[in-house]
Amino acid sequence: MRGGAEKVVGDPSPVHSKQVRRRRAVLAVLVGLSLILLTAYFGEPSTSPLHTVQRGIVEVFSPIQEGASKVFSPIRDVGNWFSDTIHAKSRADQLQKKVNALQAELGQAQAAETPNRQLSREVRLDQTDNISSYSPVTANVIWQDPTLWYQQIEVDKGSDDGVHLDDAVLGDGALVGKVSEVGPTFSIVSLITNHTVQVAAQVADRNGDRGLLVPKVGDPNSLVLQDLPQLSPGQPGPEVNQQVLTAGFKSGGLGSLYPRGILIGTISNAGANALYNSQQVQVSPAADLRHLQVVQVLTRAQGSTVRAQLP
Amino acid sequence: MRTDYTKLALRLALLGFGTVIVQQAAVSQISIFGVSADLGPLVVMAVGLLAGSMTGAVMGFATGLLLDFALFQTLGVTSLLYIAIGYWSGRVRELLDPAHGLVPLAMGAAASAAAGFGMALIQFLLGVDAPVSVLLLQQIFVTILVNTLIALPVYALVRRIIGPVLPDEPRRRRRRAYTTGGLSPLQRPAERFGPLPRSPLR
Repeated sequence: MRGGAEKVVGDPSPVHSKQVRRRRAVLAVLVGLSLILLTAYFGEPSTSPLHTVQRGIVEVFSPIQEGASKVFSPIRDVGNWFSDTIHAKSRADQLQKKVNALQAELGQAQAAETPNRQLSREVRLDQTDNISSYSPVTANVIWQDPTLWYQQIEVDKGSDDGVHLDDAVLGDGALVGKVSEVGPTFSIVSLITNHTVQVAAQVADRNGDRGLLVPKVGDPNSLVLQDLPQLSPGQPGPEVNQQVLTAGFKSGGLGSLYPRGILIGTISNAGANALYNSQQVQVSPAADLRHLQVVQVLTRAQGSTVRAQLP
Repeated sequence: MRTDYTKLALRLALLGFGTVIVQQAAVSQISIFGVSADLGPLVVMAVGLLAGSMTGAVMGFATGLLLDFALFQTLGVTSLLYIAIGYWSGRVRELLDPAHGLVPLAMGAAASAAAGFGMALIQFLLGVDAPVSVLLLQQIFVTILVNTLIALPVYALVRRIIGPVLPDEPRRRRRRAYTTGGLSPLQRPAERFGPLPRSPLR
């Protein structure tokens, strides 16, 4: 009796073998399908059939997500309340320091504003690439990237509201990203923490050093301003707490994706080694990229036809 | 039997759809220790553990693909990871049939680790042009911790949703009948079946 049982275990029945074969076949088909999709999608342009299907599905999902976002907002608020309460003390200290620094900067800016306006008028400086000329559209964030890569968000405004591909997006008064996909009623925004997004930026100091702002992948609180001008020994460079703004440029029909002078963040680390050897500093984004609720999309109202992005 | 499978498929479809919606609309926007919980691997792991490797793999593929579509990500990345999670959770059930109550906790941690590190690996293979922060590693570990904490409630919820239509339930009942005489330990066997027959080999 016992020997018979062992024989059955050691010599699997045809039914068992069939089950094993079927299981392996299903697994192989699923893995194969995933790899085919991955390969096909990765090499295709954004107008490909797969992208179109994906856009259609997001279009269908969008109202459902919008409704779900409203339904779950009390739960979200309670969850975030606990999280905020835990960090309230340290955050209050940080904000107090920030307020003190900003008050000092405000005083300097106000003092410089009047002569700046007069001088701009005298030299007939082109003022058309500021924020107000981009007709900002306010949009609610429907969902955020649940992965640790902080790559994108979806907002509830699309081409029906005048949003275009590559429009700059602001949150908390600072640059948060650009529109990377647009549908009639929704837009996907690639955040500045997305590794595909690079921004021409400049330090708001006397030198106005320009560089290329890239994310530090996996860290939503850190960006890297690289390719800064080479400093000679003894020459003052960017310092901690100085603001970093979009550089913006306009040359004939060409214009930067981002208007000039939008706040991106402040320099959080300007170590001499990184500055003199690698020509880079670390920047802390001004906007809280993990808790965006409302953003502004700068639609291109001023009629620029051709655009390019610096490095 | 066909009705059971149809019911199971329907419930799994609703479960996958609900998971994606809840994850995007609520869970991803709640920060715990600086990260958000990730329901996807936990739900797929629970389905694999309850329904077996084949169902787990199919559920992983479908949920992952839905997430890729909805998040506007490269198609096939999440589904590839979730297939592995669903399949191996099911294999653990089929090979070991673990009965301990804390198994979903350990499996939840393993599934979250596979999802976190697997996603990082695939992203690097696809090409990352920017510097990478060490914080990413720290955040993966914190996410595993947070997911481990919620693994048991998620497993219980999934079992509640798909448990009644699982085709394996009769087999489990038969196994219980073999080991306990088909009765709860609170009942006395002799009252229903009379004396239990003894094996002649003992």
